[in-house]
Amino acid sequence: MNAIASARDLIARNLRQSGILVAFVVIVAIFALLNPMFLSPTNLTNIVLQYTYILILAIGMVMVIVAGQIDLSVGSVVALTGAVSAVVVIKNGAPWWMGVLAALVVGLLVGAWQGFWVAYVGIPGFIVTLAGMLLFRGLTYVVLDNISLSPFGGAYYDIANGFLNGLLGGYGVDTFTLLIFAIAVVGFAVAQWRSRQSRIAYQQTVESMPLFVVKLVVVAAVVMWFAYQLASSRGLPIVLIILAVLTIAYTLVTQKSVFGRHVYAVGGNLHAAQLSGVKVKKINFWIFVNMGFLASVAGIVYSSRVNSAQPSAGNMFELDAIAACFIGGASTSGGVGRVGGALIGGLIMAVLSNGMQLMGVPTSWQPIVKGLVLLLAVAFDIYNRRRAAALR
Amino acid sequence: MTGTILEMRSIVKEFPGVKALDGVDLDVTQGEIHAICGENGAGKSTLMKVLSGVYPHGTYDGEIVFDGETAEFGTINDSEQRGIVIIHQELALVPYLSVAENIFLGNERRGRGGLIDWNAANAEAAKLLDRVGLHENPLTPVGTLGVGKQQLIEIAKALSKEVRLLILDEPTAALNDTDSEHLLELLRQLKAQGITSIIISHKLNEIAEIADRTTIIRDGRTIETIDMADPSSTQDRIIRGMVGRDLEHRFPERTSVVGDEVLRVEDWTVFHPTQPGRKIIDNASFHVRAGEVVGIAGLMGAGRTELAMSIFGRSYGKNITGRLYKNGTEIQARSVAEAIDHHIAYATEDRKVYGLNLIDDIRHNITSAALGKLAPQGWVNGNEEIRVAEEYRRSLNVKTPDVLASVGKLSGGNQQKVVLSKWLYTDPDVLIVDEPTRGIDVGAKYEIYTIINKMVAAGKAVVIISSELPELLGTCDRIYTLAFGRITGELPVADATQERLMELMTLDRDQPLPTKELSA
Repeated sequence: MNAIASARDLIARNLRQSGILVAFVVIVAIFALLNPMFLSPTNLTNIVLQYTYILILAIGMVMVIVAGQIDLSVGSVVALTGAVSAVVVIKNGAPWWMGVLAALVVGLLVGAWQGFWVAYVGIPGFIVTLAGMLLFRGLTYVVLDNISLSPFGGAYYDIANGFLNGLLGGYGVDTFTLLIFAIAVVGFAVAQWRSRQSRIAYQQTVESMPLFVVKLVVVAAVVMWFAYQLASSRGLPIVLIILAVLTIAYTLVTQKSVFGRHVYAVGGNLHAAQLSGVKVKKINFWIFVNMGFLASVAGIVYSSRVNSAQPSAGNMFELDAIAACFIGGASTSGGVGRVGGALIGGLIMAVLSNGMQLMGVPTSWQPIVKGLVLLLAVAFDIYNRRRAAALR
Repeated sequence: MTGTILEMRSIVKEFPGVKALDGVDLDVTQGEIHAICGENGAGKSTLMKVLSGVYPHGTYDGEIVFDGETAEFGTINDSEQRGIVIIHQELALVPYLSVAENIFLGNERRGRGGLIDWNAANAEAAKLLDRVGLHENPLTPVGTLGVGKQQLIEIAKALSKEVRLLILDEPTAALNDTDSEHLLELLRQLKAQGITSIIISHKLNEIAEIADRTTIIRDGRTIETIDMADPSSTQDRIIRGMVGRDLEHRFPERTSVVGDEVLRVEDWTVFHPTQPGRKIIDNASFHVRAGEVVGIAGLMGAGRTELAMSIFGRSYGKNITGRLYKNGTEIQARSVAEAIDHHIAYATEDRKVYGLNLIDDIRHNITSAALGKLAPQGWVNGNEEIRVAEEYRRSLNVKTPDVLASVGKLSGGNQQKVVLSKWLYTDPDVLIVDEPTRGIDVGAKYEIYTIINKMVAAGKAVVIISSELPELLGTCDRIYTLAFGRITGELPVADATQERLMELMTLDRDQPLPTKELSA
């Protein structure tokens, strides 16, 4: 069959994913037209620094949602892990990595606690994490003794505010940043090429050579343009490296690992998964442990970004993360959703917040716009899915 | 009571890329029971959706004349107002509402002030229940009743709407013999009261028993309408019309070469998971040998599925005792994963709920029980996965353009082939298939039997659980009977008749077991 897929086939096949990408591009274009500052190097850098924690949460949340559960506690867990880290670093003067370690351990413990109730006691995740939302918020107050702790400073502050730059010099444009991105682009191209060769070896449909090259060139151009913007501002943000590592790792885990596939199986049909030998309890348990882990990473990034730990930190973060997943095409009934989709969903939320702030939209209007966008994005997605179904 | 109540003329219904109906003609006489036969995908359900207004007037070509008037239904409500009520294969009752609430759902009798008068409603429900011969309190939650009774409630619901034409889509597919018999009897009574019925069914003996006339549909076209009183209207004629070819034998030929024992179950006892002390399986023992097809015959509620699932990694029941032997050595299968590791496979009777992930594609479903084979280091080889899925698609003849299509869109027969592919890919030595041909058409049934035959020809063992005795008699080497959780008999197929099996299947709990008729 070794057929060559046309551009139209590819679009039809990927409509579910590409629909939301189109929406993202449209939103970016609108803001860019309304305010030329939006795509400036400084602002792009700011978006990366400011909203990474939502993207990190969205990665974990999409796996929870795919498994057919929900996690309402992540905002509180962000606060708690940040607080623990602050107590270790600020109060006790321990080195930055001790704070990071403590936060991660707390995140894993929280995840194991919630996973235990969901998987082994059989309480729905909605209820366990609703309880957790209160529980961990309360614990945050206890840990912080009702006061904010600041500042972290030093290396801990650099996690979310620092840059890698100047290592190779450059005149106004950081060569090191460009080099890292160039390596990433080449790596991406090689991976795509190898995947294409392997598909051909298995006699599967691949896109035609010109289309393949065009795709790579477009991706490379967009990425390198973005790299140039970063390089001409302050260089490569450290959080971006963290986010990139997480993105690659979790895309692989969800799409290629046995564990990831079992998550989809459990969310798609629990009974069928059980009768296919999937250890459903184990999957549910680890899903929540993983969410706890990522919530603590987000907690570290967020506390570092604001350079403090506050009792009310992370309020409503869970809703941003959940919205990101649903905007990104996850299904409320489980079994459907992708890390890539959730990231684009998270970016839409981030770009909306940033764009509106930049334009001076009153704070009272910002949630209204976000709410409408969530509704419209999902409506658009449903419409696209129907069209994709009709095209098949 | 003669005259035509319904006439559908050259109905054509197209979906993007598919012509589901391509000129169907149907005429139904007032007061008759009219059967519609056809393979899955022939267009029966589409035709009924056109008739009932699910596909509104204007989305199809052709003409519908109901009761002498041209009918142009825009919604289901339009057709119901004219007295056309359709009862779907998947019952549409709300489990937590009472019988009466379900009967009047969407059709509530409003009393003074627009409020529902529940006393009047319950009294009327009781009358309707009496009419369908169901002796249950109208206040009972529907979910606590069995499928057979729920089916009767659907009919009571139809009667509450003053039905003139009752359409039943596969009404007995999920019923046991007693319930089916009751339902058919009810249809005869309704006929005597002047209600016309259209019944869609795969069970040809049922059609022969109850229908006055039968319309056969194939590939979206009417093949013929036959009068069932005519002696030439045999089941073979109907099958011929449905599949477009002669099905001389409904079961493929097989010569058995029986080898060594593969699986032995001894003194297997299983208790109900939530009701302590209730024995579901009582000291059952049986075995199956290489190259052998063994049947388990039992009425609904005998514990057939429970027996199979408790063996398959204890996926049913509590306090399970007994021993399992695989190739002569005792094994433990405490989880489904362990059972699969011991090369035992179980294909469920309810493929939609327990067998398949309907929102996922064919490829992922086929590999879902043996993903480890594609992922030696924990990473799934996606290309190899597609190759494997393609291989099964070809060898089991799953009718789909490609394996990336969603399983939910396949017909029942093709879904069943995906379920079998999934288990064949686990490389089983023993395959237990539970109602392998439920709800699938004659042509696909034949293919399923062929797949089973191929397996045993390769020296594997197969256990078939079925409520259709002709199926067991046509495919098995040996048949065990199960009644109230006890194995009540074991017969080589040569000695088995439907009557003898039924006798053993209905043996009551306190009746002594017959002396063993054969030692294997």
